[in-house]
Amino acid sequence: MNLETLMFYLLSALTVFAALRVITSRNPVHAALFLVLAFFSTAGIWMLLEAEFLALTLVLVYVGAVMVLFLFVVMMLDINLERLRVGFWKWFPFAAILAVVLLVEMVMVLGSSSTAGTNVNVAKHAADYSNTKELGRLIYTEYIYAFELAAVLLLVAIIAAIALTLRQRSGTKHQVQGDQIQVRSKDRVRIVSMPSVARPDTRK
Amino acid sequence: MEAQVLHFFQWFWDLFGLWNVVWSFVEPVWPLIWNLMKIVAIVAPLMIGVAYLTYAERKILAYMQVRVGPNRVGYYGLLQPIADGIKLLFKELIVPIRSNKLLFAFAPVMVLAPALAAWAVVPFADGMVLANINAGLLFILAMTSIGVYGVIIAGWSSNSKYAFLGAMRSAAQMVSYELPMGFALVCVLLAAQSMNLTDIVMGQQSNAGMLGWYFVPLFPMFIVYLISGVAETNRAPFDMAEGESEIVAGFHVEYSGMGFALFFLGEYANMILIAGLTSLFFLGGWLNPFHGWMLVGALTEWVPGIVWLLGKMFFVLFLFLWFRATFPRYRYDQLMRLGWKVLIPLTLVWVVVVAAWMQTPYWLWTPASVQG
Repeated sequence: MNLETLMFYLLSALTVFAALRVITSRNPVHAALFLVLAFFSTAGIWMLLEAEFLALTLVLVYVGAVMVLFLFVVMMLDINLERLRVGFWKWFPFAAILAVVLLVEMVMVLGSSSTAGTNVNVAKHAADYSNTKELGRLIYTEYIYAFELAAVLLLVAIIAAIALTLRQRSGTKHQVQGDQIQVRSKDRVRIVSMPSVARPDTRK
Repeated sequence: MEAQVLHFFQWFWDLFGLWNVVWSFVEPVWPLIWNLMKIVAIVAPLMIGVAYLTYAERKILAYMQVRVGPNRVGYYGLLQPIADGIKLLFKELIVPIRSNKLLFAFAPVMVLAPALAAWAVVPFADGMVLANINAGLLFILAMTSIGVYGVIIAGWSSNSKYAFLGAMRSAAQMVSYELPMGFALVCVLLAAQSMNLTDIVMGQQSNAGMLGWYFVPLFPMFIVYLISGVAETNRAPFDMAEGESEIVAGFHVEYSGMGFALFFLGEYANMILIAGLTSLFFLGGWLNPFHGWMLVGALTEWVPGIVWLLGKMFFVLFLFLWFRATFPRYRYDQLMRLGWKVLIPLTLVWVVVVAAWMQTPYWLWTPASVQG
């Protein structure tokens, strides 16, 4: 067993463990942190596949941005753990059926004749091969329409999120920076010139 | 370098006539040992740098405020950082009873680890780099973006209101300022046409000396990167995360002794990292600022590259300290406004400007490796 295989099994075991803990840990914050760990080890596996752009983007986007906001929300929520577990057995059969369907689907995809037995060999490249450049070339030539569509979709989502949450509340006290910058000292401060008066002599 | 080190070891063990025995044990793991040695060679000076950066900060702030600063331990107070380190080491570790013990212990590590890991791809001279990877710039972005976890986890696991408020503030701040930072780096990578940090520095080499560096065509981005760097490291005037007058000390209010020291180390290691990256991306890294400037250029050609790099890092670090001494703390809404309404639109516009500018013959910063 060479180092690469060892690393693969290590990272895979870590991914599976973290993924399991995401759904089994009681504390939602722990679950979110385990999801971060799962992303990390997945990025490691991608790194082993020499897909360094995807691996680093996974860390940058999902770990560095998405999960931070996720944690933010989860930490701010006042979650009552007792109430969460109410009705667990009531919904268990439904969830079990869903899980079985998902499992069957996965087995069918992975075990079907089109993918089974095919030895997926990753082409090895020289050290100066840039995965990023190749991906960029493909995205901006062959898959330009799909890429643009995805971008527009994200833009629509951004605008929709802003439109849904933007409310004008009346009666809030907030500063208008433009007005603050416009303020000049002569608008606020009046300098009065007063002649000084000699101090009355109190010694006696 | 590797051959020289090996040669030295061979000479050393040959003194006892044991080289062959030792080598038979060492050979299979030599790459590992060699990499560990390189890591130590980076981290050990970095830690000393962190210690003396705190000293420099106290001294410089003191002189700017017409004080003397630390002057009791050693000559001119030079042993003060070591005394502070020993004091922190022997202080009692207090863990709040209702805190989440595991995460409470883990948080300082999460602050320090990415700050150290990012150094793996930082080149100190041509070829002097631990891991010369092509996606170096992405690696840097990824590593600096996960530093925020330590802060959030510290704030949450302390189970304290001040700590939590500090963590929330700092998380929002770090996520916001990562965007302008990333876009500023997009401009750099447009100009350099590479994400490899060594290539980015070599792309700035020209006969125009410092005029060939990217801070000239990307001047607004240089300023944006510097401001975002200050905000990313939670330094004054953007130190909302630990605003003493509002939330005591923010996210690390419950930490004592070594836990606190690790946060401190992380913050200063991050400062040095940002200073190093600013020098590499915008200030020509290890390049001679006078290269090709007739007499001055010829007279300074003997200076080794690492001296230039360290000089540039000192300059940027001095700016960090200078900012702290000069500016009052921003208000939180002003901070968010600066990030989202000023810096991000500015960077977005400049990306387009640079991309368009590069298509014209007036773009003079094309890397020599791409020309022709």
